[in-house]
Amino acid sequence: MQTPEEFELSRRGVLVGGAASVATVTLVPIGTATAATPPAKSPPTAKVAFEVNGTVRELELDTRTSLLDALREHLHLTGTKKGCDHGQCGACTVIVDGRRINSCLTLAVMHEGEKITTIEGLGTPDKMHAMQDAFVTHDGYQCGYCTPGQICSAVAVLDEIKAGVPSHVTADLAAAPAVTKVELRERMSGNICRCGAYSNIIDAITDVAGVKA
Amino acid sequence: MKFDTPATTNPIDQMKIVGKPTNRIEGPLKTTGTAPYAYERHDVAANQAYGYVVGSAIAKGRIASMNLGEARAAPGVIAIVTADNAGKLAKGDFNTAKLLGGPDIEHYHQAIALVVADSFEQARAAASLVRVEYARGKGAYDLAAAIDTAIKPKASFGTEPDSAVGNFAAAFAAAPVQLDARYTTPDHSHAMMEPHATIAAWKGDKLTVWTSNQMIAWSVGDMAKTLGIPKENIRFDSPYIGGGFGGKLFNRADVLLAALGAKAAKRPVKVALPRPLMINNTTHRPATIQRVRLGATADGKLTAIGHESWSGDLPGGGPETAVAQTRLLYAGENRMTAMRLAVLDLPEGNAMRAPGEAPGLMALEIAVDELAEKLGMDPVALRVLNDTQVDPEKPSRPFSQRQLNKCLETGADKFGWSKRAKPGVTRDGRWLVGMGVAAAFRNNLNGPSAARVRLAKSGVVTVETDMTDIGTGTYTIIAQTAAEMMGVPLDKVVVKLGDSAFPVSAGSGGQWGANSSTAGVYAACVKLREAVVQKLGLASDAVFADGKVKAGRRSVALGDAAADGELVAEDNMEYGDLAEKFQQSTFGAHFVEVGVDAMTGEIRVRRMLAVCAAGRILNPKAARSQVIGAMTMGAGAALMEELAVDKRFGFFVNHDLAGYEVPVHADIPHQDVIFLDEADPTTSPMKAKGVGELGICGVAAAVANAVYNATGVRVRNYPITLDKLLGKLPDMV
Ligand code: FES
Ligand code: FES
Repeated sequence: MQTPEEFELSRRGVLVGGAASVATVTLVPIGTATAATPPAKSPPTAKVAFEVNGTVRELELDTRTSLLDALREHLHLTGTKKGCDHGQCGACTVIVDGRRINSCLTLAVMHEGEKITTIEGLGTPDKMHAMQDAFVTHDGYQCGYCTPGQICSAVAVLDEIKAGVPSHVTADLAAAPAVTKVELRERMSGNICRCGAYSNIIDAITDVAGVKA
Repeated sequence: MKFDTPATTNPIDQMKIVGKPTNRIEGPLKTTGTAPYAYERHDVAANQAYGYVVGSAIAKGRIASMNLGEARAAPGVIAIVTADNAGKLAKGDFNTAKLLGGPDIEHYHQAIALVVADSFEQARAAASLVRVEYARGKGAYDLAAAIDTAIKPKASFGTEPDSAVGNFAAAFAAAPVQLDARYTTPDHSHAMMEPHATIAAWKGDKLTVWTSNQMIAWSVGDMAKTLGIPKENIRFDSPYIGGGFGGKLFNRADVLLAALGAKAAKRPVKVALPRPLMINNTTHRPATIQRVRLGATADGKLTAIGHESWSGDLPGGGPETAVAQTRLLYAGENRMTAMRLAVLDLPEGNAMRAPGEAPGLMALEIAVDELAEKLGMDPVALRVLNDTQVDPEKPSRPFSQRQLNKCLETGADKFGWSKRAKPGVTRDGRWLVGMGVAAAFRNNLNGPSAARVRLAKSGVVTVETDMTDIGTGTYTIIAQTAAEMMGVPLDKVVVKLGDSAFPVSAGSGGQWGANSSTAGVYAACVKLREAVVQKLGLASDAVFADGKVKAGRRSVALGDAAADGELVAEDNMEYGDLAEKFQQSTFGAHFVEVGVDAMTGEIRVRRMLAVCAAGRILNPKAARSQVIGAMTMGAGAALMEELAVDKRFGFFVNHDLAGYEVPVHADIPHQDVIFLDEADPTTSPMKAKGVGELGICGVAAAVANAVYNATGVRVRNYPITLDKLLGKLPDMV
């Protein structure tokens, strides 16, 4: 076993080690060290207006605010989920000007004048969108946390296929892509479901697309 | 109510509502984004501030100094909580390491500070300004290097670390056919989609937390202990939980720090663990090194079964109980199991979906496949031959129900198992194709569980229990139970869960939730039925059906019993010793077909089938989802899931959803699940058992065995990635 002194840190090792600074014990008591830093200025804010589910919303935001947090924390539209905040899971998927995006990976102020559809805009418990209804029927979810993202993605995927947008698994780029399970699985792969409802989700989407699987 | 003799006929046996594949009653909320998860409760407390957690950048050692000056001066900052200013905190009984570290550090990304600010952006920015100097200590991070120092741990969850029956050593030495192999399983992460999150608010000395937690009563108790305040002063509310898989069984840093942050900021505070912090900050399924020895006669009868497992955990932690199933799964006169535990200074190891069995079967069920190969026997036939209907360590104790053979045989038939060829010969274009099988086994556990039921004049029945729904379908099966018992349709039942103000349930874990919590609702409904009958002056054998209560020639609307005020009944289901008299377990068989690219070694799962025998299935639709979800997680364990350990600095390197790969849509084919008809009167009046963990048990081994069948390459170290096949694949002709 290595002792701290025995660490021979390569440059790569230091990089991997991240923020850990290997220090000898100093005598500064923890938590009382206060640097004479002047108070920082308030962060810059900016106004932005966009349409969310058919209603124009105007906000003045810290410019660091992601579209996801604008929806969840400022507009209290919490149907859109934060699973990772880093573009790794798809839980935050919304439809902006007809295209699905990860709303955690984009700043709210970049969407001036755009039309945003969230899960709340697709349907309500009393008046569900066909895709929402199909997810219930096929049990295309369990904990429900990835579900709004899956549904927004699924709705946009069917539009993408209809519009002829090819995917990685489309064999013939000249032909119109078809709604097949392979196409759906490929296109839905940015939406992780740790509960593992995939098989049922694909059944729900095929059902809505009106194809017999 | 005490359940101490096997169930006879009861209203649940009508199966008019229970046992039907109904849609989830909360489905419209989940699919429209209107089910409120912990971090989303804007309505529950005004003026919520945001907390951002700072994690330790070393795995072991101490904080030499911490400079909060810059962070305090940052815009919007209201308070900063550290171990230095948090006051005296005890460690919860269910935690191995402290939830707030400092000055001593026990593991990487242990929380060391919470920065509270007016906005999330401000809190996050200020958190990056907390300056910390560390004195790095010496730690042990490498399981393989530490196994020589591993010791015999104390019994955990009633499982002794060692077991021995007959004379294993002699029988193994004498066995004409022997297998002795070593397997490894890596550290796994729950990686549930909803990060651990809490909103906390104080009113005087009373604390309320809106959080995401599987075990409400445990966690209230631990919170009280940690903060040193009475349990009565704490309320937990957790109606929707975005996945847990064991990762939310206990309090984590979010809930403690939200409570401390709210106290320091003098206003409600919300905290979610940032995804990149979660894997090292919270618990994980520990890696194992396992040795399996099987001895058999030439015709395949097992005579010696030995299974040893080594795992590591922080000081004071426990072993991964990977040998547990081996004590019960197959017949064989001479047997031994042993678990050894090394101290590792990695993040805390703890329960993840089917703790013990999941990694244990990953090894054992490859070993059985290897033995079948040595014997020249079909692996289905070998398992069937070695079935036992009694506890092999204690033959006087029968299994309450055991249909493992039927699972295997039904599955083999439905899957087309007879078409399986010898290894490395089946081709489909560029794909080498193979099939694999493994047994699934997981014990059934029951826990005391209470519920309250209310009957309103309208005839609506409301159930209240602190039971949780982590995606398991609890809302729906509880509604089905209450509807069946009270003779009302499903839409006349309201279910309220996850609030510590409600009666204490078994909670969600160890696949005990479904049977235990519905049995508690059954008990409460029995009491409510008695109250109804008495109120209406009906005979005690009155029939509850169609929203009415009927006795003799009288038929009264159920709601009439509440005409002059709501009727309320509460009861707790408790258990006698039936689980000692009978070994209650759940069984299954997994069948998998894979394709392996003959050139690149890329592995694709092509077909999956599970056949399960797990008592009465309360809702086949939700139960099927539990099983396919578990099969998906099992496919992940087989093919991709591995926390990479930095053995120098002691942390999991791939600590987010980009680095820790879990299955995505493209990895999972259509999945089939068959439930055998079963009702187990020894488990509860519901006659049910669990399925949520059974579903993952054996899956990874079935995949591994299919890869072997496809390629002839035996991989014993999970995950089975293509680099472990390259160079060994059959020659291309
Ligand atoms: S939260 Fe945006 S991709 Fe995960
Ligand atoms: S339903 Fe839980 S993650 Fe998809």
